[in-house]
Amino acid sequence: MPTLEIDGGKVDVADGLTVLQAAERAGIEIPHYCWHPGLTIAGNCRMCLVEIEKIPKLQIACNTRVADGMVVHTTSEKTKAAQRAVLEFLLINHPIDCPVCDQAGECKLQEYYMDYDRQRSRVPLPAKVRKKKAIPIGPLVMLDQERCILCARCTRFLDEVTHTSELAIYERGDHCEIELAPGRVLDNPYSGNVVDICPVGALTSRDFRFRARVWYLERAESVCGACANGCNIEIYHREDRIFRFQPRQNLAVNQYWMCDNGRLSYRDLQGEGRLMQPVVRGEDEFVGSTWASAIGQAAGRLADLARDGDPGAVGIVVSAQAPNEEVFLLRRLGATLDARMAGISWSPPGAFHDDFLVKADKNPNTSGLRLQGLGDAGAVDDLIRAAAAGELRALVLHRTDLTAWRDAAVVQAALERVPCLVVIDTDRREVAAYADVVLPLATYAECDGTFTNHAGRVQRFHTAVAPPAEARPGWAVLGELVARLGGGEPPASAAAAFDALAAECEAFRDLRYDALGAEGQPVAGA
Amino acid sequence: MAERLLLRCRDIPDLRRLDVYVAHGGYEATRKALTTCSPEQLIGIVKTSNLRGRGGAGFPTGLKWSFLPKQTAKPVYLAVNADESEPGTFKDRLIIEQDPHQLLEGIIISAYAIRCHTAYIYIRGEFALGAERFEAAIAEARQAGFLGKNVLGTGFDLDVWVHRGAGAYICGEETGLIESLEGKRGYPRIKPPFPATHGLFGCPTIVNNVETLACVPHIVLRGADWFRAIGPEKSPGPKLFCVSGHVVRPGTYELPMGTPLREIIYDHAGGIPGDRKLKGVIPGGASMPVFTADEIDVPMDMDSVQKAGSFLGSAGIMVMDETVCMVWTALVIARFFHHESCGQCTPCREGTGWLEKVLRRLEYGEGTATAADVDLLLNIAGNMMGTTICALSDAAAMPARAFVTKYRAEFEEHAALGRCPFRPIAEPSRRHAHA
Repeated sequence: MPTLEIDGGKVDVADGLTVLQAAERAGIEIPHYCWHPGLTIAGNCRMCLVEIEKIPKLQIACNTRVADGMVVHTTSEKTKAAQRAVLEFLLINHPIDCPVCDQAGECKLQEYYMDYDRQRSRVPLPAKVRKKKAIPIGPLVMLDQERCILCARCTRFLDEVTHTSELAIYERGDHCEIELAPGRVLDNPYSGNVVDICPVGALTSRDFRFRARVWYLERAESVCGACANGCNIEIYHREDRIFRFQPRQNLAVNQYWMCDNGRLSYRDLQGEGRLMQPVVRGEDEFVGSTWASAIGQAAGRLADLARDGDPGAVGIVVSAQAPNEEVFLLRRLGATLDARMAGISWSPPGAFHDDFLVKADKNPNTSGLRLQGLGDAGAVDDLIRAAAAGELRALVLHRTDLTAWRDAAVVQAALERVPCLVVIDTDRREVAAYADVVLPLATYAECDGTFTNHAGRVQRFHTAVAPPAEARPGWAVLGELVARLGGGEPPASAAAAFDALAAECEAFRDLRYDALGAEGQPVAGA
Repeated sequence: MAERLLLRCRDIPDLRRLDVYVAHGGYEATRKALTTCSPEQLIGIVKTSNLRGRGGAGFPTGLKWSFLPKQTAKPVYLAVNADESEPGTFKDRLIIEQDPHQLLEGIIISAYAIRCHTAYIYIRGEFALGAERFEAAIAEARQAGFLGKNVLGTGFDLDVWVHRGAGAYICGEETGLIESLEGKRGYPRIKPPFPATHGLFGCPTIVNNVETLACVPHIVLRGADWFRAIGPEKSPGPKLFCVSGHVVRPGTYELPMGTPLREIIYDHAGGIPGDRKLKGVIPGGASMPVFTADEIDVPMDMDSVQKAGSFLGSAGIMVMDETVCMVWTALVIARFFHHESCGQCTPCREGTGWLEKVLRRLEYGEGTATAADVDLLLNIAGNMMGTTICALSDAAAMPARAFVTKYRAEFEEHAALGRCPFRPIAEPSRRHAHA
């Protein structure tokens, strides 16, 4: 294990690391553009040049391996002069159109200029090389060649990660430009990542651009719910609106990337169909209700019907859209009511998937359902048959769009025969038309909780935005329902609900909510 | 030197034909090397000869070969650098076109020494005749059993393939050449790793210049001691000098390494026409710092030229008389490097263009240049040097810096007058200019 000295401090690092990585571990940032941990080393931007004693020329920290006894200066006059020089070179042909550039606020040119350069320009504006601006190069990506610093992160991503090579560098010298290969469009399933890794405003998101200045946005750590992979994300939001998803590093799950479908799935979370307040069936129509009244009614009906019927007179269906905590509380509800439980994990047939990040299972918590014993795919069909046969006196549908996921006519006929239907969901589905009580839930962007991904990794998501109107987190709604039915004290938080799950469920036994960390933990045996 | 070796083609008509070449002792060196020497012995001989690379950097050839891994499961490649593109340089072209078998012998012997069975010759795209003649020479040699399976019955196999460049100076940089050979954009690679371990297709690779390899058969035939005795011991051998510009007899001269620059200009090349005064000489191709008229008493070998503040480089000697405007010359050179920068590294991509712009406004700017531009040139050049993956940035910065430093008054005069004080020179063709 080599020991080196960086800016006067001793650093012990693993052999084979680069000076840039060693400095990072020591909390010292060496500015860089082209280096990215998920890509090969290009060494072209020259921003990370540092002075290393006993080596006459400055060395690029991104491609210099550490050696025992190495002495590195990241703030010496020689290093600083090189940083200023590289920034000046980068800016001489840059359009400096920050006021109309969507990257402003998260632009490494802006940041490093302020941190390392701050010289006046020595190139008159008319002398700059002009290139093409605002070129749509794919459904998600807009290209501005003038702002490009030719770090080749995008081309390396497309060569090395997606192996699709839609973009390449054409021309030479200061006329170099990023351009689509002839006849190509940047439309691979991971195209949005090039926007994230572009350090400047050359590649911007057609979905996000001009919608908000990034410095007005707040961020919450979360997990993408668009499929079973559980890519780690950050939700950018402001005033309870979600503006974008961006991938968050997790080497065990998604490295640095996410798919375009997941990236755009934020739109589904704040759509037109959201349920806004609890409603109960009145004489002829649904009427808005308070939470106390709606939960009281649901609890009362369920308790009565369960008490008067045989064991199994109440059915509960929970989908793999539900977080672990909700599944757990529904199981507790089921035990209280002596109900028949069924889990359902439905995905559109033929949905896109690949061997990288996108899974065929479009549910974030199929593993969580299975680990809590609700993985039997036939159980739902048994329940529908039981309902159709008039054996069910009440049915709870939790985040379950049953008519869409099974034969609609069969489900409709079955639901007609159930005396009491309680629908708990985020969005209005067709089944709500048959409901007696509808309880509006928060999405995973609006509450805390956990999903268990396809590989059995339990990952936390954090509240980013407030639920719309009256909608509430599932753990709170279900906790109260269970409590009303005498099934135990409601959990005070998602954390409490998860820890209660861990205390009674074998697969989760070693996990504690507060110890899951930013990158999650695997369940026992995963 | 009375006897010409590298330029025997000047003395023997049709030497490029195999029958003529063999009739004049051709392929004897190959036979001797392959039948009496082991590869290790050959590397030893080349090391002892002190042969240094003729491409521009002057790296010891035997030492380069010895960097190859001793044990490797991968094939070893030899890439012959025939991308001769340094302005003022036209020596390799002569060998390829007029004496291809001499080069082919050098390739065969060197390939044998480094245990390589596939060699590529990367020929500058513009050398259409050279590529054609070299292909013909390969076909002849293969027919005669000097190439292919079981060369001369020794059990040694070697194939040589011609790869034509597409017009990029940067593909003469050894890793840019390797990338281009692989079918990629000619981007020099970051080092480490070095080509000797991770070169062509990720395999151990040696890249040698044409003239370097052409020296090898002579070393094999006449011995390392003979070679080392020609010129200075640390930088010996016969050397091709390309003389261009304001001389009576421009051309390629084969002279012993270390021949004084003054002798080359005034004796061999016949001096300056019209007895005009010498103003400056670029000793080693456009990328090397210029010498003033007072600095030409320098032996033309690698170490001596370096000691005198420039480099022997490709030995492209460009002679300028008193009629030449040094700002214009610096501009022409800057324009070349601006055009040829691959654009990979920031300082070179942006610096080459900036240098050209500042020089252009000094020369043609009609008063837009200022006295501060003279120091700006030095500042840009200084920021470009030693900060990039390959040497092109230095190649652009070094001459600019030398011209400004050595002819500063002329630059200042341009700025003060707001125009070029020399006779009006038509603006150079803008076909390749981007400014």
